[in-house]
Amino acid sequence: MSDGDPTLWRFHGGLKLSGHKSESTSLAVIEPPLPQRLILPLQQHIGRPAEPCVSIGTRVMKGQLLAAADGYVSASVHAPTSGLVEAIESRPIPHPSGLTAPCIVLRSDGEDQWIDDLPDQDSEPLDAIALRHRVRAAGIVGLGGAAFPASVKLNPGPERKLDQLILNGAECEPYISCDDMLMRERAADILSGAGLLCRALGVARCLFGIEDNKPEALAALEAALAASPNPGVELRRVPTIYPTGGEKQLIRVLTGKEVPAHGIPAEIGMVCHNVGTALAVHEAVILGRPLISRYITVTGQGVTTPRNLEVRFGTPVSELVEACGGYTERADRLIMGGPMMGFALATDEVPVVKGSNCILVASNQELSQPGPAMPCIRCGACTEVCPVGLLPQQLYWYARARDFDKVQDYSVFDCIECGCCVTVCPSRIPLVQYYRYAKTAIWAQEREKEKADLARQRHQFRLERMEREKNERAARMSKKRAALETTDTGTDSKKAAIEAALARARAKKADARPDRSSTPAPKSAKIPETVEDRPPAEKP
Amino acid sequence: MLSAILMFSGLGAAFGLLLGYAATRFRVDSDPVVDQIDKLLPQTQCGQCGFAGCHPYAEAMANGDADINQCPPGGEATIQALADLLGRDPKPLNPEHGEEKPKTVAVIDEQTCIGCTLCIQACPVDAILGAAKQMHTVIVSECTGCDLCVEPCPVDCIDMVVVEQTVDTWQWPYPGTGSPIVPDAA
Repeated sequence: MSDGDPTLWRFHGGLKLSGHKSESTSLAVIEPPLPQRLILPLQQHIGRPAEPCVSIGTRVMKGQLLAAADGYVSASVHAPTSGLVEAIESRPIPHPSGLTAPCIVLRSDGEDQWIDDLPDQDSEPLDAIALRHRVRAAGIVGLGGAAFPASVKLNPGPERKLDQLILNGAECEPYISCDDMLMRERAADILSGAGLLCRALGVARCLFGIEDNKPEALAALEAALAASPNPGVELRRVPTIYPTGGEKQLIRVLTGKEVPAHGIPAEIGMVCHNVGTALAVHEAVILGRPLISRYITVTGQGVTTPRNLEVRFGTPVSELVEACGGYTERADRLIMGGPMMGFALATDEVPVVKGSNCILVASNQELSQPGPAMPCIRCGACTEVCPVGLLPQQLYWYARARDFDKVQDYSVFDCIECGCCVTVCPSRIPLVQYYRYAKTAIWAQEREKEKADLARQRHQFRLERMEREKNERAARMSKKRAALETTDTGTDSKKAAIEAALARARAKKADARPDRSSTPAPKSAKIPETVEDRPPAEKP
Repeated sequence: MLSAILMFSGLGAAFGLLLGYAATRFRVDSDPVVDQIDKLLPQTQCGQCGFAGCHPYAEAMANGDADINQCPPGGEATIQALADLLGRDPKPLNPEHGEEKPKTVAVIDEQTCIGCTLCIQACPVDAILGAAKQMHTVIVSECTGCDLCVEPCPVDCIDMVVVEQTVDTWQWPYPGTGSPIVPDAA
């Protein structure tokens, strides 16, 4: 089915990189030993952090909900093993900033006991809505790296007509091989998950893109497909060009269609999911298990035995390296993700999260520390390789000059930060870093502007309120004065003041008596409550 | 000759009427320059510039009564933006008005608070919640960090706390401070 070679298309630019995948694919996937402590960040996904629903000291079972999704774009977090909630506090998380964020720290009890009341299995086929709820309850996010909540992607809205699911098994970035191993070892389950995703989306067709540097994975999928035929699924071997694994690039290669700028694939009738996500959906629906672990590649010359592991979320990176034989003496830099899009980790005490696909322990030969950036010579090589068709050079000038309006005019937010431009730049300019800087600076400006607008609005409201209160008080006073003047015609203001004081005294007396109604009501029976309410005592 | 005079006076009258009508019909109430300046100010409403809020300062700048370097919360970035807008040369912040400090929010020590409402009256953006003899608290998302509530507090229970950077507010540094990751080419 795969080699009938239906038409494939080509996206603009891209690079052929040396794969470095075989280093980590020679050994079968194993589970590292159960760690003593698991550190589970509340935000392992795009969207709002999950809300903890356990407290310190709670005993939890494997698969139990620890933190619930907070809002629509959010994902829940489950316990990867049984144990005791030891702390809920800020811990270092895998993030380029190296900052800390709230985490649930779970001390394992070594029993690894599943919770009893896992949801029912898919005995009678669930409908689309039930499937979506199951995916949401299982805390599934896109496992390709972006970690966007999968249930949101399964709900494209009624106005969008979908016709196909794209399954992403391209895995284009060098060194990373976890999807490859997943497809080799779990092909049948992935196809089952793909069927469930199709059902949830209401589409009949599933295009499955696999790069041609993974023949074993393709063979495994072909065998699995032959064992349980599904006429809707088409396996497609795509050429190995970085970054084919980008969602928009893969859609272009498989269908020839372009996802609109700033748009999502659902706008052209498609939804793209990673193979790991399909497996997670299979486990959630068929086995009733939440997302608590994933395949991850540990590779590079800095680790003794590069291989793939099935790791529970929250496992510290140090334990992964330990399970792969520890560091070699060539270990130089610790990267989470691949060499093109990954980020350096400051410490190996950070945990593996849902979006982690690779730990690259690089030697200094593998990842060369570039020398100082040279001036741009306007060669245009970056423009030729940009897979999005942007003008990286223009973006660079404007980002460097901090001209954020122009940077947006040149569509910086369409940049997928693939790093092709950096790789070909003869001047070794850290282009992507400029774009990332510009993006986060623009977000910061927008946040500040929103805050300023809110403050302006509230300040204006306050001024208006104070003005209104002042006017009301003035109106009240003048009304009172007018009332005094009409009743005491001919008396001067002094007399009025005396009269008012008498009235107050009478009122006070009346107050002291139990029966208030019998007393003749003074003309201003209401006792003035504040100084401002009182009639002006003396006015020349 | 006469027809020319008539024609031109007629034209003059017609255009005069047109302009007069346009002036009343498309009248702009507030000075657009003031609004433009106001948009660039951080809206802290702290009064460090010497005016009673950001808008009065913007008005003063538009009238030429105030300089562009009197806003410590806005700092260098605001001065630069104002200089660009008004076509003036940027200059350093005037130290008489204070210095640029990291963003803060007010935090009330609720154990010490006696519920006097003085801070509520001082807050320019109504970001403090409370009532007489009831505990007060700051609505953090609406606090501008203006410091105005600190002074009136009789029991000194308000602290200005620097806003910590989180993963969501973190920004990539301007290149030149770190080094990018570059793989070996094929």
